[in-house]
Amino acid sequence: MNNPIAKPVSPASPVDHSLLYPSPYKEFWQAFARNKGAVMGLAFMCVVVFCALFAPWVAPHDPSEQYRDFLLTPPVWLEGGTWQFILGTDELGRDLLSRLIQGARLSLLIGLSSVVMSLIPGILLGLLAGFFPQLLGPSIMRLMDVMLALPSLLLAVAIVAILGPGLINTVIAIAIVSLPSYVRLTRAAVMGELNRDYVTAARLAGAGLGRLMFVTVLPNCMAPLIVQATLSFSSAILDAAALGFLGLGVQPPTPEWGTMLASARDYIERAWWVVSLPGLTILLSVLAINLMGDGLRDALDPKLKNAA
Amino acid sequence: MLSFIARRLGLLIPTFFGITLLTFALIRLIPGDPVEVMMGERRVDPEMHAQAMERLGLNKPLPAQYLDYVGKLAQGDLGESLRTRESVWREFMTLFPATLELAMAALLFAGIVGLLAGVIAALKRGSLFDHGVMGLSLAGYSMPIFWWGLILIMFFSVSLGWTPVSGRIDLLYDIEPKTGFMLIDTLLSDEEGSFKDAVMHLILPAIVLGTIPLAVIARMTRSSMLEVLREDYVRTARAKGLSPARVVFVHGLRNALIPVLTVFGLQVGTLLAGAVLTETIFSWPGIGKWLIEAIGARDYPVVQNGILLIACLVILVNFVVDILYGLANPRIRHQR
Repeated sequence: MNNPIAKPVSPASPVDHSLLYPSPYKEFWQAFARNKGAVMGLAFMCVVVFCALFAPWVAPHDPSEQYRDFLLTPPVWLEGGTWQFILGTDELGRDLLSRLIQGARLSLLIGLSSVVMSLIPGILLGLLAGFFPQLLGPSIMRLMDVMLALPSLLLAVAIVAILGPGLINTVIAIAIVSLPSYVRLTRAAVMGELNRDYVTAARLAGAGLGRLMFVTVLPNCMAPLIVQATLSFSSAILDAAALGFLGLGVQPPTPEWGTMLASARDYIERAWWVVSLPGLTILLSVLAINLMGDGLRDALDPKLKNAA
Repeated sequence: MLSFIARRLGLLIPTFFGITLLTFALIRLIPGDPVEVMMGERRVDPEMHAQAMERLGLNKPLPAQYLDYVGKLAQGDLGESLRTRESVWREFMTLFPATLELAMAALLFAGIVGLLAGVIAALKRGSLFDHGVMGLSLAGYSMPIFWWGLILIMFFSVSLGWTPVSGRIDLLYDIEPKTGFMLIDTLLSDEEGSFKDAVMHLILPAIVLGTIPLAVIARMTRSSMLEVLREDYVRTARAKGLSPARVVFVHGLRNALIPVLTVFGLQVGTLLAGAVLTETIFSWPGIGKWLIEAIGARDYPVVQNGILLIACLVILVNFVVDILYGLANPRIRHQR
């Protein structure tokens, strides 16, 4: 990236303001790109998103097609591997690579929908708690304290125990679990902004409550929320996989990464690839998202840099 | 100090009632009628059904049912398991030492390795070691620990045969549970080699459960140590000719530890959630595995009150950490 400020500007020539003040997007990208890990994470996630979007075309086989003559075929670089199944096959002769690609679809879907489902109510509750600090605020916060008293995975397990296992219930459970952190973050940011002069000015100019909340204050609270959304995206993928592994998440034969691991457990002595590869995919995806989150935090919210 | 403790306790009470409301709602939100769920699949004849509703107090209005529930809790009655007919409290207390032993071993591992790695990384800032520690801790933080456990089992237990695959102790040994802690019980018993066997059983689960706390502690120690090493008093200590080890460990680490201790406290929740997964992988007979099996068997009293007990445990630990923190830092104590 070329840094516009470092460019030699001769004193005689008029200063080009478009060079001195890069657009917010450009500035953001420069701060983000300074973090090498974040760029690597972004690149990896682009590949995963591409595979997920175009899964039926990218995947070499149908993920549920069972090749009965090729049970537990090792990956191509091992003895007995074939190019037909690059990463080998599982206990029912299904192509592992295709299942992983199809699984990316599910994991991203779960992550995205649970983030959206907790971000929106979380922001609303946080705004309400921040704007009404007398009665409504403390009651909302106490409720969130109760939810935080249970470790997130256990709360998710409890919710799934009530609702029953399955894709949609997994999303609901994870969304409920990640709600408190959004509420707390939004409320804290709102409390910080409410005493600023620009809010008073907007109030004096006659802005209504809705306008104050969503147009005046909320945009200034977005930075920590975006960072938190990235981080809870990665923990959503982890929690969904953990639920799948415990048999409480997405049910087989759907190729969800955690569910695949659960059924691969019995082949631990014979076929390492059925066990290693789904977990490695989870690890790499979560790592990539966390790296991106670090970069986003550095770029959007330098104050938080030493917080975590 | 007393008023600080009283204020914190005051905050605890609504949280506790909130949790009882949550666990109370839990059992009522299950689709279908609890009596049918408890009696299983077979058809219940209407008279028996009404009797059961009467006996369980389910025909009363909801607020009255909630008061009944809290009243029973106040008397220490947590109901009994549908599968074993054993009291939930007794089951919890027999299994809890196993989880506690595992969690303490994990925290010990995470604490020792994490502090060492964090301190060395801070001292050699920018070195290969520093980058290695930071990279590994980010990977550890992103680790799906259920998979990590399987990989370790595959490598150390199946390929190398160094450690056993599951359980707390080999079936060869007949250990009388005196304290519930296998390491202590095996030391107290006179069975030859049983202590070593218990240790071998503990190593892998402790590493797996300790991985995420390890990553968090290493990162936290490093950043807090870097901050402390910049302080004037560290420069003074160096200038007056103290040995580098004394500067780092006595002047530096002691002050760097305060934020790390908070992180230790916060990890208790992570540990309990991780215990569910770790215990499932290693067939470790603790409360995590108990809870998951209860969910599978639709043993609702166990699910309901097991969750209540775990939540109370987390609240209690956070309360103790809060108090300790107040002791260490007067500014927090006097905050309104």
